[in-house]
Amino acid sequence: MRFFEDLRVGERIELGSHTFTAEEIKAFARRFDPQRFHVDEEAAAASHFGALCASGWHTAAMYMRFFVAAEQREAANLRAEGETPARDGPSPGIRDLRWLKPVYVGDTITFAREVKELRETTGRPGWGLMVAHNTGTNQNGELVFSFVGAKFAERRNKG
Amino acid sequence: MPKLHWEDFTAGQVAEYGPQEVTAEEIKAFAAEFDPQPMHLDEEAARASLVGGLCASGWHTCAIMMRIVADGFILESSSLGATGCKEVKWLAPVRPGDRLRVRMEVLDTRPSTSRPDLGFVNARLDMLNADGVRVMTLTPHLMFGRRPAAP
Repeated sequence: MRFFEDLRVGERIELGSHTFTAEEIKAFARRFDPQRFHVDEEAAAASHFGALCASGWHTAAMYMRFFVAAEQREAANLRAEGETPARDGPSPGIRDLRWLKPVYVGDTITFAREVKELRETTGRPGWGLMVAHNTGTNQNGELVFSFVGAKFAERRNKG
Repeated sequence: MPKLHWEDFTAGQVAEYGPQEVTAEEIKAFAAEFDPQPMHLDEEAARASLVGGLCASGWHTCAIMMRIVADGFILESSSLGATGCKEVKWLAPVRPGDRLRVRMEVLDTRPSTSRPDLGFVNARLDMLNADGVRVMTLTPHLMFGRRPAAP
């Protein structure tokens, strides 16, 4: 990823799109969230969702896959230009996590991230905090998933 | 017929679920699929990182929490899923070998105004390791079916 000083408030990055298959929805749900509407087509059809849909945690994990891939592409680009990318920092947490609509089999979700705030930190010298609004939008342009995430970003100037 | 309905949840109720043990293999497998950062993938690289050793992805921790409460009570309830979480905080690293349990407190409940067959439950879930350290806390907005009237 880029250094804290190189991030800009308002910058929006489209991270990529993923089409959810029945197989992966059921595989994730069998491991972590085996509720009937995530593991069984017939039971899902009879449920309030009306069809098999992904666990909300599966959607969140998929967001993370695209976020990390985008960070790694960015790091590779920086290295190609002879620069050293910043180290990955952990996340202290998120807020306002919303599963707004079900993610059904065959839905294509496009994930995006917009930097909302860049905050100085006192507890971790050499690091700043990036706050971003993160979204997942389906093929009909409907927002299905969003959260506000925070992540530590390494400072270029360790001051 | 589910055992638990919306009516069975009341503010102030506390329950504990688990434990479930997390292994280094599971941490790396989840990370390889969804969160391939060095601190979740590789012991040596993790030692050099800010977290000082291999630890589970925060989203993996959420997924483990889901499994613990699914086995604990969700699968025998009229759960209709969740609309989100007000907050999720990752407070301490989840390490290989950690035995995790989930303490749930019901914060408040209310019936749906638009759907007479469902109700909402707001809860706080604290995930604790064997040393009693709180590794994660989250506040989900859960939905449950209401108990059908007796025929």
